[in-house]
Amino acid sequence: MGLEQFKNRNIGTQNYKMLDLEQVPTRNFDKFKQVVKRTFKGELFVGLWVTLRAMINALFRGEMHAVKYPFEKLPISPRYRAIHEMLRLLESGHYRCIGCGLCEKICIANCISMNTRYDENQRKEVSEYTINFGRCIFCGFCAEVCPELAIVHGSRYENASEQRASFSLFEDMLTPIDNLNLQQEYQGFGAVTPYADDHIKKTPLAY
Amino acid sequence: MEATTLGVVIKAIIILAIISAIAGFGTYLERKVLAFMQRRLGPMHVGPYGLMQILADGIKLFTKEDIIPQNANRLIFALAPVITAATAFIALSAVPVFPDFTIPSWIPLLGGTFVPSIAADINIGILFVLGMMAAGLYGPLLAGMAQANKWGIIGAARTAVQFLSYEVVTGLSILAPIMIVGSLSLVDFNNYSSEHGWLMFTQPVAFVLFLIGGFAETNRTPFDLLEHEAEVVSGYATEYSGMRWGMFFIGEYANMITVSVLSAVVFMGGYNDMWFLPGWLAIILKIAFVFFLMLWVRASWPHVRPNQLMWLCWKVLMPIAVINVVVTGIVIMV
Ligand code: SF4
Ligand code: SF4
Repeated sequence: MGLEQFKNRNIGTQNYKMLDLEQVPTRNFDKFKQVVKRTFKGELFVGLWVTLRAMINALFRGEMHAVKYPFEKLPISPRYRAIHEMLRLLESGHYRCIGCGLCEKICIANCISMNTRYDENQRKEVSEYTINFGRCIFCGFCAEVCPELAIVHGSRYENASEQRASFSLFEDMLTPIDNLNLQQEYQGFGAVTPYADDHIKKTPLAY
Repeated sequence: MEATTLGVVIKAIIILAIISAIAGFGTYLERKVLAFMQRRLGPMHVGPYGLMQILADGIKLFTKEDIIPQNANRLIFALAPVITAATAFIALSAVPVFPDFTIPSWIPLLGGTFVPSIAADINIGILFVLGMMAAGLYGPLLAGMAQANKWGIIGAARTAVQFLSYEVVTGLSILAPIMIVGSLSLVDFNNYSSEHGWLMFTQPVAFVLFLIGGFAETNRTPFDLLEHEAEVVSGYATEYSGMRWGMFFIGEYANMITVSVLSAVVFMGGYNDMWFLPGWLAIILKIAFVFFLMLWVRASWPHVRPNQLMWLCWKVLMPIAVINVVVTGIVIMV
């Protein structure tokens, strides 16, 4: 396919594919025949069977598609970009962030703000770290740039609070120290959805 | 046994109470069945399997504000839902709903009263039922015209179209079975099919026509032109709220039950015993099947345009019905 097809946009000169419509009957007898043919074709019963099959599948073969949402949740992809999380080092339990400031720098919405200082061992520590979720566009750049895999996107997408600042503090995003063993490692940007194999379908081209 | 006035009154109360309850339950069934056919769950959270949803809906309907629009004709606006609901129940008075029974004599006051299966056993039963159901369409017609709303007007116009179309078909389709049985009483239909088998098999054309007419009569899909929400907002019911709206729907579901009972009694053998099934169970199953068919069709088929409905009824179904009547007549003569 060359570019010509897109350059020539005059109606009527291209190769259109016509819909394969049947001849519309004009004589009364032909119209009558068409009605009779359509009446006895049984398409209506095919329609009935389709819905009945859907009902049987839903009720007895476990193909019910409804998820009772607040009580049940579908697994989300590890690539999903929801509210950020700050991870800890598994060995020491100390937070991973080294205060390098790359995330603050790259953030295109300019919504990360942080302060650092030297602690008594002359190590950098994060004294202030907030993300303004009123501005964050969840682009994922901060997680991508972080050299320590410290800031990642979590799976918390149901957010409700009195103000957006309420879930943006460093301590809130940090893995709670007693849940350290539950901390999920970030799978990376090419990670596949859980149960991805079950959800694979033929592409329409293969039909 | 002779039906006393007391018995008839009791029967009327029973019909009112039970059919309203069943009509409410019908909305639940409809939502459930439609949901299953679309692989959803339907109402689930009020009560076990959402059964109490009917109650919640009832409370909502009763406590909702009753609004009468500014330029509406107040009297007719208020009266129209009553027409629909009342005619639906009056139609049911001539339909055998439950078998005869006598109230046991140990119950004070009412003991020993004979309660007939039909509240009004008039010998033109089927004509009365069809007439009453047809009169019920005055409800939507008047409601649509009284509410000073363009969607209502369109709904009313469509009511008229529908009314003019299906009435011929229902009347003519039921004529052939009436000719065979030689009576208009539903009890005679029942007795006939106990001797000669189901009329559905001897009169298949009439059965299909009657079902089509019945779907149009109860304005179910594929003939739900009056209030097709994708086209005319809510048609005749656009301006209605609260219990007035509820009455339309009780009327509609009562009509669905009536049509189901009619097809069960006239065409599907009535309340005769079937194989091992006792009569009362057989008729409940038949009625339930026709009811289910209505929901099933709603889930499956698209609906027709008003002009298609007229075309279908006048140009296709009516000739077929007439031919059916003529052929039946010739067969009976010969
Ligand atoms: S996701 Fe994007 S916008 Fe949000 S904080 Fe990270 S870099 Fe900034
Ligand atoms: S990029 Fe990572 S390590 Fe650097 S400041 Fe941000 S979160 Fe901390």
